[in-house]
Amino acid sequence: MNKELITLRVNGREHQLAAEPNRLLLDVLRRDLGLTGSKLACDDSSCGACTVLIDGVPMLSCTLLAASCQGCEIATVESLAEDGRLSALQHAWGTSGVSQCGFCTPGFLMTIKALLDSNPDPSDDEIKRAVSGNLCRCTGYTQMYDAVKIALKSQAKAAVSE
Amino acid sequence: MSNYSVVGKTVASADAAGKTTGSGKYTDDISLPGMLAGKILHSPHAHARILHLDSSKAAAIPGVVAVLTGADCPTPYGILPIGHDETALAVDKVRYIGDNVACVVAVDAATAERALEAIEVQYQQLPAYFDPERSMQAATDLIHADKSHNIEKEYHHVFGDPDVGFAAAELVHEARYLASEVTHAAMEPHSAIASFDLDSQTAEVGRLTVWSSTQVPYYLQHTLSLVLDVPMSQIRVIKPMVGGGFGGKSEVHALEIIAAVAARKAKAPVKLTYTREEVFWAHRGRPRTIVDLKVGVKKDGRVTAIAAKVIQDGGAYCSYGPVSILYSGALLHAIYDLQHVRFDGYRVLTNKPPCGAMRGHGTVNVRFAFESALDEIAARLQIDPVVLRARNLLKAPAVTANGLRVQSYGLPECIEKVVERSQWKFRKGKLGRGRGLGMACSHYVSGASNPILRSDMPHSTVDIKLERDGSVVVFTGTADAGEGSDTLVSQIIAETIGCNQNRIRIVAGDTDVTPVDVGSYSSGATLMTGNAAMHAAESVRNQLVAAAAAQFGCESEDVVLEAEFLYRRGVENTVDVNKLHRERVAASAGVGRGSLEQIFGGEKKPWMTLDDAIELSITRFGAVRGIGWYSPPPDSRGAMFKGAGVGPSPAYSYAAQMAEVSVDQETGHVTVHKIWAAHDCGRAINPAGVKAQIIGSVSMGLGQALQEEIVWNAGRMMNPGLLNYATPGPVESPEIDAIIVESVDPEGPFGAKEAGEGSVAATIPAISNAIFDAVGVRLREVPFTPERVLAALRAQKGTKRVDLTEAADPTSPKTFRVHRTNSEENA
Repeated sequence: MNKELITLRVNGREHQLAAEPNRLLLDVLRRDLGLTGSKLACDDSSCGACTVLIDGVPMLSCTLLAASCQGCEIATVESLAEDGRLSALQHAWGTSGVSQCGFCTPGFLMTIKALLDSNPDPSDDEIKRAVSGNLCRCTGYTQMYDAVKIALKSQAKAAVSE
Repeated sequence: MSNYSVVGKTVASADAAGKTTGSGKYTDDISLPGMLAGKILHSPHAHARILHLDSSKAAAIPGVVAVLTGADCPTPYGILPIGHDETALAVDKVRYIGDNVACVVAVDAATAERALEAIEVQYQQLPAYFDPERSMQAATDLIHADKSHNIEKEYHHVFGDPDVGFAAAELVHEARYLASEVTHAAMEPHSAIASFDLDSQTAEVGRLTVWSSTQVPYYLQHTLSLVLDVPMSQIRVIKPMVGGGFGGKSEVHALEIIAAVAARKAKAPVKLTYTREEVFWAHRGRPRTIVDLKVGVKKDGRVTAIAAKVIQDGGAYCSYGPVSILYSGALLHAIYDLQHVRFDGYRVLTNKPPCGAMRGHGTVNVRFAFESALDEIAARLQIDPVVLRARNLLKAPAVTANGLRVQSYGLPECIEKVVERSQWKFRKGKLGRGRGLGMACSHYVSGASNPILRSDMPHSTVDIKLERDGSVVVFTGTADAGEGSDTLVSQIIAETIGCNQNRIRIVAGDTDVTPVDVGSYSSGATLMTGNAAMHAAESVRNQLVAAAAAQFGCESEDVVLEAEFLYRRGVENTVDVNKLHRERVAASAGVGRGSLEQIFGGEKKPWMTLDDAIELSITRFGAVRGIGWYSPPPDSRGAMFKGAGVGPSPAYSYAAQMAEVSVDQETGHVTVHKIWAAHDCGRAINPAGVKAQIIGSVSMGLGQALQEEIVWNAGRMMNPGLLNYATPGPVESPEIDAIIVESVDPEGPFGAKEAGEGSVAATIPAISNAIFDAVGVRLREVPFTPERVLAALRAQKGTKRVDLTEAADPTSPKTFRVHRTNSEENA
């Protein structure tokens, strides 16, 4: 299969690259752009470790054709740190014991980012529903929900003090 | 509570930023210039002789650089010195569907995969064995010629006098319990990269570097040396970040050897990463287990004797087999006071992917049987299951009948905590039909006292170097696979030296730079590496204090070092030490920014900052290094009988759990509402980390209890993917109340014991016992899937069974259920 020239907008920057039309977005992110934060873990769209945002919607980059994402805003876990510091969510994740092996972390963070972008004050049930397509094997999910709440609190606090 | 400043406080894990930003590198994230990709051809047959293999067509495909077969790496290896029975690629026979046959190395994975189809293999199929009890009858077509009756290993242990014990019993409970095969399902698939240097002196191929997702870098180095016939000094193993192990990465995997052999043959770096399906084939998980258990008790519930016959369906190669079966016997002990015990253990070979070590290694399925049996006995004797357990507790400190030394024993407090939190006394048996509470206990070792490879070297060594920039650089060979040992090491060192954690840099799991370590398995890192870290830090602290004492003109004992400040004892009575500290820090330029004369100005003040002390001690001693190591003491290494080497540990963790469930009596679906999980970890060095380990253990136990099971059809794995294997997701995961119990073990660093495995085994029987409380059916076959629960409920009502698989009654199972579609199983 011959390569074609495609343009992808990833984390706010445009990249022109040559890829076969059957190349998956995850593979192009990891191998062509060196953005290895998104992970390949399951091969059957069941774990969510490869989740990225496509125009703000969490999607599995392991089942998207790279070429089909032209013209979209693609956001990966590498875009989460804001102004050179960890976002409140990233920070809370680290201090709440959620990231053990960390392999599922990028997918969870991107899924929750999408949730918080559209619903800044989610209930436990809404968080649970949002991450229902993601799997964690190390930590289970109890501390994850706590971390989201801690992040929201610290964000609110920061907003007040500004 | 303690008055430690870092130990016992929740801190962010050492590499949390790398994990949350995506910048942390796991093996598959690493690329080398000119790197090739390898793909493996797997066997389609469960047991077959390879008559002929022709790879010429594959080799001729453009982009293919090399094709490897068994002839390229024929040396057998295995994690146990007594079990070198596998080769990275099949030499003459394949022994399971998925066994490795050949490997193609090409410019990219897609090319390699295409080329696999061009390899021609002629097989002669042999009769295959899938059921362990049938395999034990085998006389011909043995899986390994030297293992008669396909028995890898059998052990028969007798402690005390079981006959006398059973004669004294007033009630004898006897039952068969079955557990299906489960797997680690770590999120990161195994991956390995191998690359050779060229030697400047000889101009020939030089040293090999292997990056691998491993829990045991030093065992990998050892095995690579054996198979490649290269001295260990010519091999460097680097463990990047590892995305979960749970025991699945605690032995050498074929892809690690294949990558190295391929790199040598292709003369270029080679990467192999398993697909998820390959991870399932390679898994080395928890074997299907048959437990025939007999327990004798007095009317008050005190156990007088037990007899356990355990058969593990080990798959086609040895792996950790003998250790797994020995653990299943050894860990009958050290949780309750048992004097008369008979154990007959069989590790059996079958034509399926080999099983190995998995979280709660060896104990989980036997604990399911034993804790279920206790509940059944409690029901028959009409004793509260909590009271029955209380009547059988150990009196610690103790040495068990099989020679295990127990010094700290937090089980009573664990039980107390979960009884209280779940309101057991008021709620057990009173939740109405369909809803119930169940309890169970479990335990585990804090590291194996005896290493896999016989050696008198320390199990773990930590080497600390003070840098002239003021940092504390820590070298440790332990292999954090996500459980948090790097964080724990950093906390212990900060606490011991009296420095801030931000000075500490951890360099881990690199055989070229870190000191030798057995690796991360059997939950040894907290106790062993923790002790080594503490001793290393004590040495550093002593050197800092000695340098300061000389400057202060006093004895070392009179120097106080805490919170990055040193002063002569007594100074605090006349001046405000905190204020001095602040002033001194403000005035200090840091380490290495001037001569001692400039720093101290010729004055001999009786105080200094840690930076000053580092400057002074490097000046005085040339360099400051602290080395600490840990070897389990002789009296923790067990007794002398055959097989006594497995089970002994410096310390044991304890756990008690309560599960609250409801059972849908129409569908058989079990919902777990909440689990209260208390775990005695000695001392919690990092409480959030401990809770994460407890919750993760319960989650894994929950998966095995309700839904996880590898389904077999004539040796073919029917669900080798996360979608169909179905580890617990957010929706079915209940609230887990993790409760830390701190018994403070004299052998542990700051009293700490393991936190990551002891809780797995209690979850399954706690749920089983809760189902019994809810609907009165006793499930002796795990997992408790809706079809099994429904079959048990219908049997209870005397209605016809509607099993979807072959009708085995889960309340009195006899053999593993067979999923009968086109079964090829030999009768």
